[in-house]
Amino acid sequence: MINVLGRQGRPLEGQLEQRAKMRTENLCVYYGSLLAVKYVSLPVVRHSVTALIGPSGCGKSTFLRALNRMNEVIPGARTEGRVLLDGHDIHDPSLDVADLRRRVGMVFQQPNPFPMSVYDNVAYGLRIQGIRDRATLDRIVENSLREAALWDEVKDRMRRSALELSGGQQQRLVIARVLAVRPEVILMDEPASALDPVSTARLEDLIHDLKREYTIVIVTHNMRQAARVSDWTAFMLNGELIEYGPTERIFTNPSDPRTEAYITGRFG
Amino acid sequence: MEEGLARAVLWGCLLVVLGALAAIVGHVLVQGLPGIDVDFLTTAPRASGREGGILTTIVATLYLVAGALAIAGPVGIACAIYLAEYLREGSLERIARFGVQTLAGVPSIIFGLFGFTAFVLWLGLGWSILSGSLTLAAMILPTLVKAAEEAIRAVPDSYRQGSLALGATKGQTILRVVLPVAMPGILSGVILSIGRVIGETAAVLLTAGSALGFAVSPLDSGRTMAVHLYLLAMEGISVPKAYSTSAVLILLVVGLNALATRITSRFTVRR
Repeated sequence: MINVLGRQGRPLEGQLEQRAKMRTENLCVYYGSLLAVKYVSLPVVRHSVTALIGPSGCGKSTFLRALNRMNEVIPGARTEGRVLLDGHDIHDPSLDVADLRRRVGMVFQQPNPFPMSVYDNVAYGLRIQGIRDRATLDRIVENSLREAALWDEVKDRMRRSALELSGGQQQRLVIARVLAVRPEVILMDEPASALDPVSTARLEDLIHDLKREYTIVIVTHNMRQAARVSDWTAFMLNGELIEYGPTERIFTNPSDPRTEAYITGRFG
Repeated sequence: MEEGLARAVLWGCLLVVLGALAAIVGHVLVQGLPGIDVDFLTTAPRASGREGGILTTIVATLYLVAGALAIAGPVGIACAIYLAEYLREGSLERIARFGVQTLAGVPSIIFGLFGFTAFVLWLGLGWSILSGSLTLAAMILPTLVKAAEEAIRAVPDSYRQGSLALGATKGQTILRVVLPVAMPGILSGVILSIGRVIGETAAVLLTAGSALGFAVSPLDSGRTMAVHLYLLAMEGISVPKAYSTSAVLILLVVGLNALATRITSRFTVRR
């Protein structure tokens, strides 16, 4: 096991760097004059789950949204520093932002299926790429729903509105919608916060299964969830990355007293 | 005690509103319905409208509605998209908003005068369905823009973000997600506009004229039901025919509203 203390600014071990699907270097995100993310350098290890933890307002969601440039949707948001995907900076002008977002998909806090049928939701990302062939769409929609562990529940209601599904089903539908465009990385922003415990457990199982094919980054305010689903954990506080390392070590033997204070529930 | 009094007053006011509505609609229907039969709806007016039916005026009305919507619909929705999705807050946005507001408050006769000068005379379109459509399109534009803009703004941002995060462009997001979700609100603006076109007299009289024949080409003059009813009553041609025309007009408006409600509820997905 690689032992990475990975404090802010410290270079990462070479071996870990090779396993990084994504990497940020001194990433800063401003909202107007407010610095919401401060010089964060963090690897995202391939085919693993990286959890971002920290109290509300610590910048973890903002950091997550910087990984597929979704902050740009917010007026006044500005990003500095580098974000590398397979070694290429995602801010490179030659790179198409729509293409980036297809490669780095996102699941939001509130399930946000479109007000259309289950089928059309999953097929949406394919259709905007110009895929029209019925058989191809059928095949990918079914595969994506199977992968998201939702197929058996919706196969008889593909033409019904997605808004008739339960919250947990909607969140898995949204994941299927992301999977349909074959992303490489999936970003999840507190995906279970609107779900009941049973749905949450199903979602966690799903995340565990998905890391074989995908690289996952999940923001969560639930310590036990981070411990259950993730391989790597990053703890953020006031926009700074305080500590990063293997989840097991972060939760059993944190090296920073603030990390320890947070995970033992003394604040946040 | 005070509570009871307030309730009584409010209830009384509601009664006045409903009473006025019932009195007007009831009066028109009682006076007008007896004169309506199949002949009235399917024959052209004769002797300046003293005899015969109102078929040509129904045709001209529908023609004008279709023309005005065909012009104002695409322009209005495109304008609303720009206002809601692209224009950043600032001076241009304030000017655009002020312009739309002002246009909405301009009396219809002024649109009529403008249409008469610009389309009928200057462009040489004459008194025609086309001149009338252009004029009424300008008149209903602010209603359409405002309704569509509000409907577009009411679409939750989570839909836009979900679409963008899947690699859709802004244009694709607007066309495939935002507009379909906003459609019921846009349609309600369309219905309001249709109501204004159907009910307009002065501006139509000045631009589409009052010819009683069948309007076939867009360059033909045509007399709408509202204009017909105005002339019948104003020139004392036939008060019973005027009432019958009013009754058809009211039934048409009610029917359109019912249709709109059905379309809207079909478009609206249960949340």
